[in-house]
Amino acid sequence: MTSHAATMERGRSPERGLGVPTNKLGMWIFLTSEVMFFTGIIGSYIILRFGASDSWAAPGEVLNVTVTAVNTFILICSSVTMVKAFAAIENGDEKMLRIWLLATAIIGASFVGIQLFEYSELIHHGFLPSSGLYGSTFYSMTGFHGFHVTVGVLCILWVTLKAFRGGYTQENHQGVEVIGLYWHFVDLVWIILFTIVYLI
Amino acid sequence: MDWSFPINASTQGIVIDNLFWIIFWMTAVAFVIVEGGVIWFMWRYRSREGHKATYTHGNTTAEIIWTAIPALAMIFLGIYSGAAWADIRGLDSFPDDALTISVVAKQFEWNITYPGADLVLGNGDDFTIRNRFEFPMGEPVIVRLESEDVIHSFFIPELRVKQDAVPGMTIPIWFEATQAGEFQIACAELCGLGHYRMRARVVVHDRASFDSWYRDRSGAVQTAAN
Amino acid sequence: MATITAEPTGVAVVEEEHPLPFIRKYIFSTDHKTIAIQFLFTCLFFLLVGGLLAVMLRYQLGYPGKPMPGGDLLPETMAPGGIILPEFYISLVTMHGTFMVFFAIMPLLVGVYANYLIPLQIGTHDMAFPRLNMWSYWLFFVSGLVMLSSFAVEGGASVAGWTQYAPLSAMPEASGVYAGQQLWMISIAIFGFSSLLGSINYVTTVINLRAPGMTWFRLPLATWSLFITAILGLLAIPVLTAAVIMLLFDQTIGTTFFLPETGGQPLLWQHLFWFFGHPEVYILILPAMGFVSDIIANGSRKPIFGYHSMVFALISIAFLGFIVWGHHMFQSGMNPALAMSFMISTLVIAVPSAIKVFNWMGTMWRGSIQFTPHMLFAVGFVMLFAIGGLSGIFMASTPVDIYIHDTYFIVAHLHYVLFGGSLFAIFAAIYYWFPKMFGRMINDTMGRIHFALTFIFFNLVFFPMHGLGMGGMMRRIYDPSQYEHLAGMQDTNTLVSLSAFALYASGLLFFVMFFWSLFRGKKAPVNPWNATTLEWQVPSPPLHGNWTEIPVVYHGPYEYSHPDMDKDWLSQNERPDVVSPARH
Repeated sequence: MTSHAATMERGRSPERGLGVPTNKLGMWIFLTSEVMFFTGIIGSYIILRFGASDSWAAPGEVLNVTVTAVNTFILICSSVTMVKAFAAIENGDEKMLRIWLLATAIIGASFVGIQLFEYSELIHHGFLPSSGLYGSTFYSMTGFHGFHVTVGVLCILWVTLKAFRGGYTQENHQGVEVIGLYWHFVDLVWIILFTIVYLI
Repeated sequence: MDWSFPINASTQGIVIDNLFWIIFWMTAVAFVIVEGGVIWFMWRYRSREGHKATYTHGNTTAEIIWTAIPALAMIFLGIYSGAAWADIRGLDSFPDDALTISVVAKQFEWNITYPGADLVLGNGDDFTIRNRFEFPMGEPVIVRLESEDVIHSFFIPELRVKQDAVPGMTIPIWFEATQAGEFQIACAELCGLGHYRMRARVVVHDRASFDSWYRDRSGAVQTAAN
Repeated sequence: MATITAEPTGVAVVEEEHPLPFIRKYIFSTDHKTIAIQFLFTCLFFLLVGGLLAVMLRYQLGYPGKPMPGGDLLPETMAPGGIILPEFYISLVTMHGTFMVFFAIMPLLVGVYANYLIPLQIGTHDMAFPRLNMWSYWLFFVSGLVMLSSFAVEGGASVAGWTQYAPLSAMPEASGVYAGQQLWMISIAIFGFSSLLGSINYVTTVINLRAPGMTWFRLPLATWSLFITAILGLLAIPVLTAAVIMLLFDQTIGTTFFLPETGGQPLLWQHLFWFFGHPEVYILILPAMGFVSDIIANGSRKPIFGYHSMVFALISIAFLGFIVWGHHMFQSGMNPALAMSFMISTLVIAVPSAIKVFNWMGTMWRGSIQFTPHMLFAVGFVMLFAIGGLSGIFMASTPVDIYIHDTYFIVAHLHYVLFGGSLFAIFAAIYYWFPKMFGRMINDTMGRIHFALTFIFFNLVFFPMHGLGMGGMMRRIYDPSQYEHLAGMQDTNTLVSLSAFALYASGLLFFVMFFWSLFRGKKAPVNPWNATTLEWQVPSPPLHGNWTEIPVVYHGPYEYSHPDMDKDWLSQNERPDVVSPARH
């Protein structure tokens, strides 16, 4: 006899703490730890910068704000396509799910590519992680973020592959929602980073 | 067995030791109640034939009492300690016009720089002595603590003085010795291989003896400069 | 044999299946119970390692400069002629702390018992994410290997203390250690991931997979404490991960987060480390408190005295634990006003701990106490944790801390709470849940002997350290005879060392007994302690999947000795035909 049948026989369902499906709950919990991780890195940046404010490079002095602003727009677009992918499968449209997921993966990969290009330009001009506090904080913050984006792109590709094999239906598409949550989080962190590293 | 405090030779030391003993007696009372209670309960309520445990889910009054009493004790300690802390480390507590000496820690020695004849650090007449810290009793002394390499800690047990020396920072502390004598600086923060032998001689003089020692030393420096 | 698989939604389905191959059943298992036992064996090994490191450093302190028995087995870089070198001594101190905190105590409390108990106590088949759970163990295993390997590299293992203060930890030219420092960082970064996967599992499982009727306030305190501990880990460990990676970068790629010559701040390391480090010590004590609550209620045949107070105390300690970290840094050069605020929060956190101690006493009051080994260790916990907590008050007072910071007074305090507290609770938990885990009993008499020896020698080792600290003996020093004010302490140090050797021997006795009982212990019944919580309603050991039918819960977790019943215990899932006791 299945436990499901047993509980139905007794007329009681398992205690549901927050009414959130397990996989989604797991992702939210993971994201809280990610918030703490980025708080450690970004918090350190704030402390170091405001402890050394006189010698801090002004926005645009070292970094290419324009290119990165465009890149930021690109990343935001990928969040839009992600939302569209989720909306599609909520409506049962498996074809559009695949298209929007693929778009998200490609746009996300472009973000990483442009970032790597920016890194290579900076390194070419002699700006390295060892270039004082500015270099230390810049590369660690954007580097960790870039690492998270890369992992995100790989996961989206995996989800896209599964979508192409018909792995998601209107009734069952938790994986799409869960990766979407992660992706939006990564986007949000970037918006914060872009503001404090490039604009202020 | 040598378990007790070393002699108390400073003004702040008196405050610290006092506070220590106040906490000691408070915790001693708590210790007797808890440990005594546990041992008593173990014996009194050991399982015996025919004896059933008393079913109870607790008592709100008891909870309130044993929350309130520790809370009040902590409030008392907080106020008392806060006042003492302000007296020892507070920015307002620093004496004006005290002899100011620079102490620079490095692996594995203490370099003490005295302010020379003009009694002001800097100005070219300072003199540095390795591993020897001399100052007069009966008046406050300010130490400006620095480190050349890693974190060390400036600890003179008999004066109840301790302050970490952090590279990249200059940290001022002050203290006043109440008796003359010879003591040691002990490094109290793990600083590498030689941490265990990073000591320096401390000589606390009475006023006259310090004056003559200092005159000889600072006079000597001035002569050399001339 | 029927097996259970957990679907993503958390509802389990029984399937008939071929038996799992050995490697899937015992090596790469996703069964929470197998994973817990893997953690148990690995951590007992690390406990032995950590203890051996302490024995060696105590040898040097007890018999300074004398060749250690067996010391000639060590290489010349550590102990030429068997005499421990200063550099080896500080790596012993560093690695003793590191192995004990990260690889013994924390995973014995969490890796073992969160994994073992949570699904059983809440009435479900397994964790929410069984495969992530498996990864959690194997990442832990790898991080342990990396840490062990640091002894074998050139320059030896880390020498910067388990606290790894910068710049010493970041500058090989200052510490004399190269790869050993980097391996420490890498190991702890991997450990952080292991811990994270565990926490995600524990939190999600407790929130979503509780059996029908298992409301929040019917959870046993063991599960409550593990749940709150998992949240602490989730929030604190990522900060450590960020910090060690930043330190690793300072060591390797030229960044300067903590190096002052190029604008970095050594105190930033301390703030990051202790922001993690203080919640970490609550991670190390809260589960212990939870286990002790379950065991004392059972051993006194009484409900826990103030269940709701106990839950709220756990939550307060966890929350307050995030705002006290600066009390590790009173003498660091931080702003004195900031130090004041940390003093206040530190004094406040003493209150919920006191509440818990009084509630355990209230549980024993008018009970019917049985002196099983687990009850002895649990009561021992209360006595020794109380001493540790009381000694903490001295250092909470910033002026007193000026004197006792970085002395053996601190060493005494931390060992009373981590050994007298956490490790005693771990021993209690091992004795208590051994029959359930392994289907065998540990001999009661042997357990009592283990308790007596451990209790006596523990106090002989660590109580005198309060006195050594009062006398001004600093921490982490290789040779106290270098200082005049420490001249009279050699006798005490020698006595402490001898007691430490005896304490380690008592631990070895326990190991022998543990393994003997695994193979030769008497077969265990389903519920040898007549306990109320759900894990005692399944076979010893439980089947894969734990329950053929998910239980329904009707009662709170500590319904012992109800006056209207003959039986002095009521399982949480027993139908309320006879009586439905009190509020729960």
